[in-house]
Amino acid sequence: MNRTWTTARWALASLALIAGSFFFVDAYADGGRLMPANPPAAYMQECASCHLAYPPGLLPARSWQRLMGGLDKHYGSDASLDAVTVQQISGWLQAHAGTYKRVNEEPPQDRITRSAWFERKHRKVDPAVWKLASVKGAANCAACHTGADRGVFDDDNLKYPAGMDARMRRSFND
Amino acid sequence: MRSKPAWLAESACLVLVLMLIQGAARAADTSPAQQLERFSAQAAKPGQAERGRVVFTSRQGGEWSCASCHGNLPTQPGKHASTGKSIAPMAPAANSNAFTDTAKVDKWFRRNCKDVLQRECSAGEKADVLAYLIGLRP
Repeated sequence: MNRTWTTARWALASLALIAGSFFFVDAYADGGRLMPANPPAAYMQECASCHLAYPPGLLPARSWQRLMGGLDKHYGSDASLDAVTVQQISGWLQAHAGTYKRVNEEPPQDRITRSAWFERKHRKVDPAVWKLASVKGAANCAACHTGADRGVFDDDNLKYPAGMDARMRRSFND
Repeated sequence: MRSKPAWLAESACLVLVLMLIQGAARAADTSPAQQLERFSAQAAKPGQAERGRVVFTSRQGGEWSCASCHGNLPTQPGKHASTGKSIAPMAPAANSNAFTDTAKVDKWFRRNCKDVLQRECSAGEKADVLAYLIGLRP
């Protein structure tokens, strides 16, 4: 009797653990349309400590390759990493890089924000919005896109960044 | 046969232990005090908080100081100067994760000193900055 109970306890505890881990995986995988499930831990740790974990599909493979080959001069900052980590992140980025026709084009300076599709999508945003202290620039997706860290960029998940006046709000809603 | 609360408690303990193991595997191979000691030993002089404050808060020929991203009050979260992303406070008193992973300490000093000073920091400068940050209270 006692042994049966011990076994049952362990089985239950294990089940709880397994169920728990599924919950975490699900919460992660449910990330949205653009972020692939299970990005490498190094990507979140290294790249996402300074900026949003940009979904790899927003740049073509050639752009990612160039970018990862020059991390010591990364948009005005030294972001250099050891060779193994560079290779790991670079491989993943290129494997999930954008192939859809509008992303296929390599933007100037390999900046997502200089892509033709990006500029078209944001053409009505008042230039003053990008300069707000709460935004700081077009690279800060999460200033307006509340789902950006999950790879969700649709128009339903927008918020006003702090400091927008009426004129900026009009341009924002347009 | 034990009662139901007993096995519930046991399961809870098991989960707790596993969480602890996972947490421990992630970082924490050192402490801020050990890092201060390491750099002070390398420099053959103790870190000095006031010198560290000056290094941390002044621009040194470049566009940025440490404080440009980490703030003039490192007991509070900073904000990346170009991306706007929030950065956890650098003062250990306000962030228990700060300076608890040797590889991370080395990596960030290497990179960020190049951004601020256009060269790597000396062991003495690192010791000074650590002495400054360790001395801060929220």
